[in-house]
Amino acid sequence: MNGMRRADDIVISMKGVSTRFGEQVVHDQINLEIRRAEVFALIGGSGSGKSTLLREMIMLQQPNAGSISVLGVDLARISDEAALALRRRWGVLFQHGGLFGSLTVSENIGLPLREHSRLASPLIDELAAAKIAMVGLKPNVGAQFPSELSGGMLKRASLARALALDPELLFLDEPTAGLDPLSADGVDELVLQLRDLLGLTVVMITHDLDLLWQVADRVAVLAAGKVQGIGSMRELSEMDNPAIRQFFDGPRGRSAAQQQSISKSRGEHLKNKEGSQQEPRRINQIGDI
Amino acid sequence: MQAAAIAQAHEHDIVLSGSWTALRLGDITSQATVISLPSKAAAVADASAIEALDTTGAWLLQKLLLRLQHNGSTISLRGLRPEFTRLMDAVTAQMGAQSAATHGADARPFPRLTHIGQHALNAIGQGIALLGFIGETTLAMAGCLRHPRRLRWRPVLYNIRSAGFDALPIVGVLSFLLGVVVAYQGSAQLRQYGANIFVADLVGLSMLREFAPLITAIIIAGRSGSAYAAQIGTMAVTEEIDAMRTLGLVPQEVLVLPKLIALVIALPLLTVFSDILGVWGGMLMASTQLEVGFAEFIDRLTKTVSISSYLVGIGKAPIFALIIACIGCFQGFRTKGGADSVGQQTTRSVVQSIFLVIVADALLSIAFSALDL
Repeated sequence: MNGMRRADDIVISMKGVSTRFGEQVVHDQINLEIRRAEVFALIGGSGSGKSTLLREMIMLQQPNAGSISVLGVDLARISDEAALALRRRWGVLFQHGGLFGSLTVSENIGLPLREHSRLASPLIDELAAAKIAMVGLKPNVGAQFPSELSGGMLKRASLARALALDPELLFLDEPTAGLDPLSADGVDELVLQLRDLLGLTVVMITHDLDLLWQVADRVAVLAAGKVQGIGSMRELSEMDNPAIRQFFDGPRGRSAAQQQSISKSRGEHLKNKEGSQQEPRRINQIGDI
Repeated sequence: MQAAAIAQAHEHDIVLSGSWTALRLGDITSQATVISLPSKAAAVADASAIEALDTTGAWLLQKLLLRLQHNGSTISLRGLRPEFTRLMDAVTAQMGAQSAATHGADARPFPRLTHIGQHALNAIGQGIALLGFIGETTLAMAGCLRHPRRLRWRPVLYNIRSAGFDALPIVGVLSFLLGVVVAYQGSAQLRQYGANIFVADLVGLSMLREFAPLITAIIIAGRSGSAYAAQIGTMAVTEEIDAMRTLGLVPQEVLVLPKLIALVIALPLLTVFSDILGVWGGMLMASTQLEVGFAEFIDRLTKTVSISSYLVGIGKAPIFALIIACIGCFQGFRTKGGADSVGQQTTRSVVQSIFLVIVADALLSIAFSALDL
């Protein structure tokens, strides 16, 4: 059992992944490992191929070379059935929500349950209401259509849909882009809460430096088709690579880092971080089952 | 991994096992309904065999426990793995909050009446909005008449081509077939009386007065009215219309007037084309079925079909054009939300404009007959 757990500790592994669009090389031999119950962030400038890498992890796109395995399943030689089973084990939050405009929020959230489980309809409505509350939305949002929601509410509703089947793995594409700072803070906390409660592994793409400092356990910097550096923000901040430095040297980078040290000295965040460091061990067991 | 299961070993002893996750719950709800406790009993639910638990499973479990406690019994959950207790607690708290919230809200007393009332209000609201739209468009038109330079001629010409010229083939084919059908259906009756030559009256009057303007308007409503609604609707969804307003452009002037003017010019021309093709179809049929030659047919046609009949037919076309362009653009502007709404409004624009075209045709027929035209 113990040995199995060790092998299971790597949720996503990418080996020698290369992607080209025509002549343009997007990824050049990328190797990555994402561990269970960590919050992993991918960063990089526009066009550095982070979204493409995410799309390759969730089987929306195939790399030209290399292998990707998610939750122990190799994506290159996957059967349709295995792909369906795998898709039920992860949730994806798209950058623009991806909620279906013809369904209410509650129907959107209930959709995965309706499609994949044999639960009764009233029960699914109840569960959808519970998910709505879980992501911090008011109950009346359930009856509204996605077009009636604000940007922040849309992200939360979309997160609730991603969580409908209690996935082991959660992919977030720009979870805080286009949100006001207050809502963005809310998303930070939400991600941490959910990770602690459900033992999720979170993979996200973000430009939000605060989110990176406050939430991410490990961060990979993507530039020029390669992973330039990988580690916690603190570790990355000590590296000299210019592709990494740009995230720390600008005025925004400095202020985000400063905020981090302030909250650390207050001790609030320290507690939070330590808690989350221990959490993965404990939650491993849930994931194992 | 086993599917979730419930067993009642003894009256006071419930054993829960398997994985309580959304995908593996199976028929747990039907299993759960069988379980019942004697009133005021103190029971134990053994959860040590639960291998996995997610929000859905915890929710169902908590519902089961609450139901069993309903008749005054107490039930304690034992042996739940420590890693599940946090989730269970969170779900329990959430369920408490949710049931408190649902108790507060009550349904409206007469759902059907409410429904009818809502529909009536919507219809009235739409009528008022349409009036408002027509008013705005008229104002924009007046503005353009006062400052003719503000009118955009290029889109007008473009729309004449796309709504008029490009529609020539379909309008021509359908009008021709309509003329053929009218002459063919009439020929059987006319032959009985030996009144073969009256086929010219039949085809001429029915095509020029009624069928040509109507079929043209219906084709254009389906072809261009829907395109207007879809184009403006998509622009509304992507905030292009709002952008236009903030840039100081009047959407009516940029989007509606060119279409309106183009259609008012193109539809009468298309109707003339339809007249010609329709009469030609009838004429072909007359010569093959009724032995009425082309020369005879045209001679009779010019004698019986007055110029006023011809003008009445063409005169309707601009009115139909106004209806089609107004409804198409209006429904486009009413689009709110997403892709779904674009589809709805487009459908609505076609249905309403065809409906209104036929109603207008009926009213005009009454008016013209009252005027002895």
